[in-house]
Amino acid sequence: MIDKRDAQLSLGFLSVSFMALFIGAIAGLLQTLVRSGTIELPLSIGYYQLLTAHGVLLALIFTTFFIVGFLYAGISKTMGALYDVPRRTGWLGFAMMTFGTILATIFILLNKATVLYTFYAPLQASPWFYVALVHVVVGSWLCAFSMWNQYYIWKRRTKNKLSPLFSYMAVMTMALWFIATLGVAATVILQFIPWSIGWVDKIDILISRTLFWYFGHPLVYFWLLPAYMCWYVVIPKIIGGKIFSDALARLSFVLFLLFSIPVGFHHQLLEPGISHSWKFFQVVLTFMVIVPSLMTAFSMFAVFETAGRKKGAKGLFGWFKVLPWKDVRFFAPMMGMLIFVPAGAGGIINASHQLNQVIHNTLWVTGHFHLTVASTVALTFFGIAYWLVPYLSGRTLTPQMNRLGIIQTILWTVGMAFMSGAMHLVGLFGAPRRTAYTTYSDHPQALDWVPYQAAMAIGGTILFIAILLLMYIIGYLAFKAPKGEMDFPVGEVEEEAAATPVILENWKLWVGICAALILIAYTIPFWHMIEHGPPGSPGYKFW
Amino acid sequence: MHIHKYEKIWLWSGAVCLTIFLLIVGVSAYAMGNQPPSHMETIDPKKAALTAPFDKPALTKIGDNEYEAVMLAQAFTFTPSKMTVPKGSTVHFKVTSTDVVHGFQIPATNVNMMITPGYVSKISHTFDKPGKYLILCNEYCGVGHQVMAVTLEVTS
Repeated sequence: MIDKRDAQLSLGFLSVSFMALFIGAIAGLLQTLVRSGTIELPLSIGYYQLLTAHGVLLALIFTTFFIVGFLYAGISKTMGALYDVPRRTGWLGFAMMTFGTILATIFILLNKATVLYTFYAPLQASPWFYVALVHVVVGSWLCAFSMWNQYYIWKRRTKNKLSPLFSYMAVMTMALWFIATLGVAATVILQFIPWSIGWVDKIDILISRTLFWYFGHPLVYFWLLPAYMCWYVVIPKIIGGKIFSDALARLSFVLFLLFSIPVGFHHQLLEPGISHSWKFFQVVLTFMVIVPSLMTAFSMFAVFETAGRKKGAKGLFGWFKVLPWKDVRFFAPMMGMLIFVPAGAGGIINASHQLNQVIHNTLWVTGHFHLTVASTVALTFFGIAYWLVPYLSGRTLTPQMNRLGIIQTILWTVGMAFMSGAMHLVGLFGAPRRTAYTTYSDHPQALDWVPYQAAMAIGGTILFIAILLLMYIIGYLAFKAPKGEMDFPVGEVEEEAAATPVILENWKLWVGICAALILIAYTIPFWHMIEHGPPGSPGYKFW
Repeated sequence: MHIHKYEKIWLWSGAVCLTIFLLIVGVSAYAMGNQPPSHMETIDPKKAALTAPFDKPALTKIGDNEYEAVMLAQAFTFTPSKMTVPKGSTVHFKVTSTDVVHGFQIPATNVNMMITPGYVSKISHTFDKPGKYLILCNEYCGVGHQVMAVTLEVTS
């Protein structure tokens, strides 16, 4: 068991995370029911209001709080109890982030911020919505500083050249987050807040969108990296194997830092004002970030095979059968991992320059990120929570809860197959995303989409049942499960693995290259936007 | 750094695949001209509806089987709202927004682009099959976003 005070800090973050998940999931269920034409919303709640709540609470709040909570627990486990300053800073970060979350939720519920979680200008929300977002981001920065501080003190005190793998990955994840959020903080603080308060009357739309997507793509890697941490560090221990290679695990995280940021234009491929050559350049960089994912896939299956063969598995694929399929700590992340194969392939399609034209802003994209963040990442997080929550609250994962967890994972996978599968298909036919129920005056094409939207609602309903089950399991594990000692699984490295080169821990080098790549990919097109930008736009409240 | 032989094979095959993908995409873009819409022309968004040619949004015949559609996107419709062209026509769409960000998409074609206020977006398409094509907004623009659509009829 880690230090009690650290466990409380981690549990604090996890609690907010699961509350956000629950509210966000209710919004999600209602959205699928509205979009299929099954229900109409009562009490003048708007579809787009729900959509804003769903996006903010799940994409930003559930993920960030869960990640920070998980990282704190793992840091305390692998580097020892948090020192005083890092722990206090962590609580300060928690307070700021929670305040921001509550404020944002209130303004969304008041229908003062129905701008969706991407808050594209010139739709203009209440200034308090943007102030709330700043609190979430700056609070998360405090957590980043606190983790880096812990790492720094730990290195100075122990005189170790290499930090534990988990902590190294935590530092890297927060570095990625910090560099990425500089973009969104810049647009919110310098553009949105002064403009929504009325200090300036106009906003430059393309610049705000570019700063948002500078953040928006590394954001998805910020969700993915903690899932990879579970796969690299936790899973080998659970399946009774060893970490395939400490050095390659670190190298893949270095590559994520380098290549996940200067790629935001692949979200803006169909926009005017950015030349196609700069778009293509960022498309090339986007493809580079596939390499560390390929490395991860290799490492994972190498671990599965070596662990299986040690258990005596025979034949080419015998090792696959002896994996602990009945252990939810393995099963849930493993399903996430398998789903990442089609999800990643879809991502390559989305980023493929002109191919993007077929699917941009259609339900295909919604289907895509429900496979990536809402399945690969979410299932891995659920798999983590099933042992982390009882571990932190001094309880145990009972066989009964393990079984329910497996059912929950299956429900999630089936529900997502319906929902995301239907979204991918109907997206290919052209059905737009982020759109309430409509038949466009009974246009035959739009009428053809309705059955798929019904399949989305069936999937959404199954997913909501899975969330209810998850809430029950997590609640039981936190408050009711029998007391006892759980294990925080941390894998060990294969004995014959080569030593890890110290250069992988040279932060100045990697952050330096990262900054250089960002400057190369963004300076000229960004300068062009400033130099040749059109007059700005006033704010509009069209909801 | 030591890398296992199998991993080298795996990563090289991955890298070769990615290079092939990029080559296809690159050849399509630079040799065949299939670039995503990336026009740089700007306009004052507040005066867009008063600035030529957007002061008279219309479908105009500009050649044999060739049309220019100058269109305004505004919450929650496109102007002009009804257009008709004969089968086999190429239509050059030229669109800007007078208010917020909109999308411009014709399902079942490759016509798909963002309409950012302050910029003029252009895209061309040849309509070989007759039918009533839907032109819809695919970027959230407000409470009436789901009704923002017009039709383009292609006659046989």
